[in-house]
Amino acid sequence: MSTTVADLHDHHEDHGPAKGIGRWLFSTNHKDIGTMYLVFSLTMFFIGGVMAMVIRSELAIPGLQFVHPEFFNSMTTMHALIMVFGAVMPAFVGLANWMIPLMIGAPDMALPRMNNWSFWILPVAFSILLSTLFMPGGAPASGWTMYPPLVLQTGNAFPFLIFSVHLMGISSIMGAINVIVTIINMRAPDMTLLKMPMFVWTWLITAYLLIAVMPVLAGAVTMLLTDQFFGTSFFLAAGGGDPVMFQHIFWFFGHPEVYIMILPAFGVISEIIPTFSRKKLFGHDSMVYAASSIAFLSFIVWAHHMFTVGMPLTGQMFFMFATMLIAVPTGVKVFNWVATMWRGAMTFETPMLFSLAFVFLFTIGGFSGLMLAAAPADIQYHDTYFVVAHFHYVLVPGSIFAIMAGVYYWLPKWTGHMYDEKLGKLHFWTSTIFVNLAFFPMHFLGLAGMPRRIPDYSTQFTDFNTIASIGALGFGLSQLIFVLVLFRALKGAKATDRVWEGAHGLEWTLPSPAPYHTWETPPKARIAGEAFE
Amino acid sequence: MIRKSFLSLLALCFAGTARAEWALNMPRGITDLSVETYSIHMMIFWWCVAIGVVVFGVMIVSLFRHRKSQGVKPATFSHSATAEVIWTAIPVVILMLIAIPVAETMIKLEDSRDPDLSIVVTGYQWKWHYKYQDEDIAFYSSLARPSLVARRKGSGVDPNGVDNYLRDVDRPLVVPRDAKVRLLLTSNDVLHSWYVPELAIKKDTIPGIVNEAWFKANQVGTFRGQCAELCGKDHGYMPIVVEVVEPDAYRAWVDARREDAPKVAKNQ
Repeated sequence: MSTTVADLHDHHEDHGPAKGIGRWLFSTNHKDIGTMYLVFSLTMFFIGGVMAMVIRSELAIPGLQFVHPEFFNSMTTMHALIMVFGAVMPAFVGLANWMIPLMIGAPDMALPRMNNWSFWILPVAFSILLSTLFMPGGAPASGWTMYPPLVLQTGNAFPFLIFSVHLMGISSIMGAINVIVTIINMRAPDMTLLKMPMFVWTWLITAYLLIAVMPVLAGAVTMLLTDQFFGTSFFLAAGGGDPVMFQHIFWFFGHPEVYIMILPAFGVISEIIPTFSRKKLFGHDSMVYAASSIAFLSFIVWAHHMFTVGMPLTGQMFFMFATMLIAVPTGVKVFNWVATMWRGAMTFETPMLFSLAFVFLFTIGGFSGLMLAAAPADIQYHDTYFVVAHFHYVLVPGSIFAIMAGVYYWLPKWTGHMYDEKLGKLHFWTSTIFVNLAFFPMHFLGLAGMPRRIPDYSTQFTDFNTIASIGALGFGLSQLIFVLVLFRALKGAKATDRVWEGAHGLEWTLPSPAPYHTWETPPKARIAGEAFE
Repeated sequence: MIRKSFLSLLALCFAGTARAEWALNMPRGITDLSVETYSIHMMIFWWCVAIGVVVFGVMIVSLFRHRKSQGVKPATFSHSATAEVIWTAIPVVILMLIAIPVAETMIKLEDSRDPDLSIVVTGYQWKWHYKYQDEDIAFYSSLARPSLVARRKGSGVDPNGVDNYLRDVDRPLVVPRDAKVRLLLTSNDVLHSWYVPELAIKKDTIPGIVNEAWFKANQVGTFRGQCAELCGKDHGYMPIVVEVVEPDAYRAWVDARREDAPKVAKNQ
């Protein structure tokens, strides 16, 4: 089938990109859309980052110095929403757009117009969300988890919050459908499912997670909307509703969401480590099974976010045991990465450095995750800075480091130019040092009993808060180096087609930069040779 | 100050000892169950350290020995069913070793039968209300005056000069030592969470639902905590203070409160 499609579009090679703004507004090209996703994500990363700076400035020393408590709560809420839905998720969709067609030998995404739509919804959604900062009553301040009844006390921002979450959900669902259809239908003829690269595999699994849970979130926030405006009482005790039910529904979305943000990261890391170890990925198939098990388990662990709401004992036990089980497939992943490095011939270019830091620091986040799984201990950790430390370890040196590793890894393929290795390494080292300085002390704060989401704290928490604030500021500034690297990579030394000595995979058989249209004739395993496995 | 913290951070990283006086670690607390919770926490922590030493150890060895600059030729192996089975099975065994004692503690945590005294805790935006069920005592407990003044933006008061800044209340919860105290927790408005680390209790207060928690304090003293569930703008300003006193002192306190009862009732 793919061959027929390719025949019909034989002459597309001649078409370059359209001129002017129309190229971007009306684009149906997976590379342009991928670029837009990535640029959008970087923009949101900085906007969310500025909010983090507000939070950490206020918390640097005890007492209120800069903002009022309401605004502080808006900052924590908006920081989370923007980083989760605006920075991390779109970045992975951007990588998927760019790389999945190149890696599986497809000419484009299967549904290019929907691809355009799913991107262009995002700037609208986030403009709406950010506009709430200027509304009477302020931006949403109930935490990104939007727990009722508190969220119903939001001012004029409330319907805009719900609407923007709906839009983000629609965008994600369309993106996910596109990924699934592309991977299932448009692989090169000889590429069977188990021959797919890990990045493609993890994205396939992620896309199913997205389709399964984004509608659940949409349902939950719609119920909030009707509780607020149409007199329903889904979550209002006074009308016979149950505030805890919202938490069950939210976390039924929220826990798979966590894996939506980490599975593609696993994929990126599984591409990079073999390249720079000059050795094939260890246990490719078991990595696939591990990722699938994680995805399955992610649906049956949601209430571990709720050990303090007063669940029945048996319920707590079920969710505790199920949560602990996740450590097994996650462990398999980490062990396989280490086994891939073992007896390889490693070099340490920037993508590899970020990937190694990922393995170390994500594992630390995994350890604190295991500690959090134990319900009695979780009662102590819950809603303290220990949790803040945990999820920032899996999200920042986890997901975000993986995104950066991926950008450094594929950037020469995108732009045709090598990035500045010295600056890249500088970016890596400053990021890694400061990210630990920012988030490691938070473990101690949480264990000592400092709750999260407070604008001011008792004086015994001062020292570690000051350190965390210095670390956060340093991490924020380090990202300016990243922007510099990206700009400088637009020109400079020409990249070779293979780019990295140890790189394998279809994308590396294409010229650098990748032409506007690629794989109009699907590659054959015989021609691509080693590239298939 | 910063140097001290940095050293303590190093102490945890390298020596692995977590010292309570530097507030690096979870408090052991003052109930049997808080001590059990602490030991669960430490048990899993040491398992993590052990796994970390092995995994990171292998990785670090590899990082130094298996680099191209050492002139090594990469090996070609890429799977091993034996290895996969081993590193799936070992974590399962470790998890079972962890899960069993944890489950035992969980069962005890839920056993709030036969309390010596019951207190209804109601969360409000932004203070607590305590009602002693058998004693006809009820009062609100809010942030103490000195903190209330100092917390304002631009108050000009240095928080370091305020005793127990943000962790002090006007009227603490008073309970007797060695008595099984059952808390019945609910809320008047939004979610709150009643959290005192030394008692190893954190329980959400939810409108329309009554939650239970219990503790039996082994020592007298003043123990502090605060609301742990985001509840609006003054979420950071609703501390909890529990004073554990000897049973005699508790009776005396109850009698004194009773005399004040009409006044308290008016204050409601």
